[in-house]
Amino acid sequence: MSKGSPISPSLMATKSAGAPKAPERADRTADAGVEHAAAVSPVLGPNNVVPPTVMTGSQAIVRSLEELGVDDIFGLPGGAILPTYDPLMASRMNHVLVRHEQGAGHAAQGYAMVTGRVGVCIATSGPGATNLVTAIMDAHMDSVPLVAITGQVSSGVIGTDAFQEADIVGITMPITKHSFLVTNPNDIPHVMAEAFHLASTGRPGPVLVDVAKDAQQGQMTFSWPPKIDLPGYRPVVRGHNKQVREAAKLIAAASKPVLYVGGGVVKAHASAELRELAEITGAPVVTTLMARGVFPDSHPQHVGMPGMHGTVSAVTALQQSDLLITLGARFDDRVTGVLKTFAPNAKVIHADIDPAEISKNRTADVPIVGSVKEIIPELTEAVKTQFAASGKPDLENWWTFLNNLKDTYPLGWTEPEDGLTAPQRVIERIGALTGPEGIYVAGVGQHQMWAAQFIKYERPHAWLNSGGAGTMGYAVPAAMGAKVGAPDRVVWAIDGDGCFQMTNQELATCAINKIPIKVAIINNSSLGMVRQWQTLFYEGRYSNTDLNTGHETVRIPDFVKLGEAYGCASFRCERAEDIDATIQKALEINDRPVVIDFVVSPDSMVWPMVPAGVSNDQIQVARNMTPEWEEED
Amino acid sequence: MSRHTLSVLVEDKPGVLTRVASLFARRAFNINSLAVGPTEVPGMSRMTVVVDADGDLIEQVTKQLNKLVNVIKIVELTSESSVQRDHILVKVRADAATRLQVTQAADLFRASVVDVSTDSVVIEATGHPEKLTALLSVLEPFGIREIVQSGTLAVGRGSRSMSDRALRSA
Repeated sequence: MSKGSPISPSLMATKSAGAPKAPERADRTADAGVEHAAAVSPVLGPNNVVPPTVMTGSQAIVRSLEELGVDDIFGLPGGAILPTYDPLMASRMNHVLVRHEQGAGHAAQGYAMVTGRVGVCIATSGPGATNLVTAIMDAHMDSVPLVAITGQVSSGVIGTDAFQEADIVGITMPITKHSFLVTNPNDIPHVMAEAFHLASTGRPGPVLVDVAKDAQQGQMTFSWPPKIDLPGYRPVVRGHNKQVREAAKLIAAASKPVLYVGGGVVKAHASAELRELAEITGAPVVTTLMARGVFPDSHPQHVGMPGMHGTVSAVTALQQSDLLITLGARFDDRVTGVLKTFAPNAKVIHADIDPAEISKNRTADVPIVGSVKEIIPELTEAVKTQFAASGKPDLENWWTFLNNLKDTYPLGWTEPEDGLTAPQRVIERIGALTGPEGIYVAGVGQHQMWAAQFIKYERPHAWLNSGGAGTMGYAVPAAMGAKVGAPDRVVWAIDGDGCFQMTNQELATCAINKIPIKVAIINNSSLGMVRQWQTLFYEGRYSNTDLNTGHETVRIPDFVKLGEAYGCASFRCERAEDIDATIQKALEINDRPVVIDFVVSPDSMVWPMVPAGVSNDQIQVARNMTPEWEEED
Repeated sequence: MSRHTLSVLVEDKPGVLTRVASLFARRAFNINSLAVGPTEVPGMSRMTVVVDADGDLIEQVTKQLNKLVNVIKIVELTSESSVQRDHILVKVRADAATRLQVTQAADLFRASVVDVSTDSVVIEATGHPEKLTALLSVLEPFGIREIVQSGTLAVGRGSRSMSDRALRSA
C-alpha cells in the first residue's frame, strides 16, 4: 500500500476523470423518494459515471459508499478492517466511532428508521462481527434497511481458525436478507451496489458484506455504476389489478371493516396514501407497535394499538371485525394472541411486499403482493369506483360499538400505592412537552409499552423500537443514530433501568461526537416486564429481577453519576411534581446529551393485557378485570 | 403429510446449498432428500428437493425458498408430469452358493452387478423410489451389508426446459 498522504478515493477518481460529470440520472430530490430512485437504476445514489480507475479494495469500499450516497457510518475498527479505515479518514463521509459494535448496528438502524435510507455499520472480523449479530437480527425482524460491512481474515487463512476469525456469513445466514463474502477486490463495487439494492428494495432488511483483508489490500480497477446481477431477486412492487378490485368488493360489502396497519406502511412512506384510503372507506384504523404514528393518533378513525398490550377498542375491533384490510402487517403472535381464535369472523385482505408473509399465519382471502405505496392508492381508486356502483356501506353501528369501547376503556393508569411516581405519567409528560415532531426511541419492556401507549404519535418516523426482536439495549444507540439522521429533531431514548445498563457506553460516543440525545431512564429498579409476569403468573416470586437502582436501594450504578462521568447533563427526578420542570430543563439543553433518572414505582403494570396463550377475547383492562361486553344487535 | 418434489434452479454461488439446507432446518421443514448438480447453463445449478409437507406448508416452503436471493426459480414436479429417479448402490452378501440367485434378482430389476468379491457383490440400480424399495426387499434375505442412495432426481416430461424459461424471465 502507498504510504503517501491520505487522499480520498473520491478525489482521486475525480482527478483522473477530469471535470466531475453531471449525474446522468439525478433524481435524488426530496420528492423522488427511495422507491423512485430505485426504479430508474438499481444502483442507489446519483449514478455518477466513474471511468476505470486503479485503486485498492479498501479505497473501493469507501468510494462505493460515497457513490451510493452514504453520508453517515457507524463503526469501530480492528485488525481485519484496518485497511478500509485508512481511506475512510479522508472521506467526506461522517464516521461515528462507537464504543461497542452492537451500538453501531442499532445506531445504523435508528438512522435508517428516521431517514428511510440504508443504515451502514462497520466492524472488524471475529468478535467485532459477532457483536453486530444482535443488531442484524433486530433489523431482520423489523425489516430495517441495513448494510453491515465486516472485515474478514485474509482469504488464504479462512478456515484455519486464524486470529479473530469467525464465519460471520454462516453465523448471520438465517438473520440476513442476503450476505456476501468478498475475496476478490474487483467484486467490491458490484457487491456494494447489490447489497444496498437488496437492503433498500422489496421488503427491506439487513445485508452483510464480509471482506477478506487481502481483498481490501489488493489492487483493483474501480468504475461506476457497476452492473447489478441478481437474477433471483425480482421483488413485486405493483399489486395485481384483479386482486385490488376483489379487495374493493369486500370493502364495499363489509359492515365491520378494520384497517390493520403495520410497519410496512411506515417503511413504504405511505402514510398520506393510508389516510386517504381510511377516509374514503370510513373504516377504523389500528396501528401496530411498528406502525405507531403512520396514522395520526388524534384522527377520529384511529382506535389504537392492537395486541398483547393494545387498547380494548383496537383489540376488540380486530376480534369482532368481518373484514381485516391488512396493510404491511404480518399477523405477529403478539398481535393475534392464540391464532385460531383471532378475528374468527373476519375475511382477510392482505397486502404485503413479501409474498411469504401472506397466508403464513392467517390465510388471506384476497392476497395482494406488492408495495403498499402502490397498492393503497390503487385500492382507494377501486373503492371509490365500487362505492359509486354499489353504495358506501353503513358503518354506523360499528362505530357506535367502537366509540363506546373507546369511551368506556380509554388508556389510563392507577397511581401506585407505594407513593412513588407512576412511570406512565413520566412518559406521558415527555410526549406532551416535546410534541409530535420529537423522535421517541424505546428499549424493551414495560417502558416500551407505556411509550407506545401514552405518547401521542401524529407522524411516521417518530417512534422507534425493537418490535420483533425485543432487544433490550436498543434505545440509547438507536436514539444516537436517529439524532445523526435527524439532527434538528428532539430525540428521546425512553429506556428502562435494565435496558440502559446494556448499551449506555454509547453515551460516550454521543458526548464526544456532539450527538445531544436525551435519555429518560424509567427506573423502577427492576426488570419490570419480567417482574410483572412474576407478579401475575408466578405468585409474586421475584426471581432475579431486582436491579437495586431505585428508591431506597444501593443505587448501583448511580445513573446521575454515570451520566456525569460520560459528560452528559444528568438529573434525578423522584417526585411527580418535579417531572415537568425536569423535562423542560432537558429540552433546553442542546449542546450535550442529557440523562434523567426518573425514579418510579416498581409496582406499576402495563394494562390492558392479553395474557400469553389465550384468546384476545380474554383481554384484561386491569388485574383480573375483563371488559363488560355489550350485547350487540 | 404428502410428498412433494421441488426442482430449484439456483445460482452456482458459494454457500447456496447451505442457504437452502439451513432454511429448511430453521423453519422446521422436513427434507426427505436433496440432490444438487450443475445444469446445461454455466453458472446455474439445479437442486431436486423432496419435502414431506401439507398443502399450506409446501406453499410456505416455496415462498421462503424464493426469498433466497440465489434461488432463481422453483417448480413443483408431480409424479405424472415428470420423470423421477433415485440411484442406489447395494452391497449384498453373496458367496458361491447364493451368487447366482442374487444376480438373477438384480436382473429382474434391470440392476447391474458392478463389483464382485468372494463373499459379496455390489449392485447398482436406478429407478423410481418404489422400485428400489422393492429391489431392497428382494435382496434383504441374502444379507445387505451397505446401502448408498442418491437423492431423487426429477425432470419434467416434454420438450420444455426449466432453465430456458427462467433465463428468459430473468
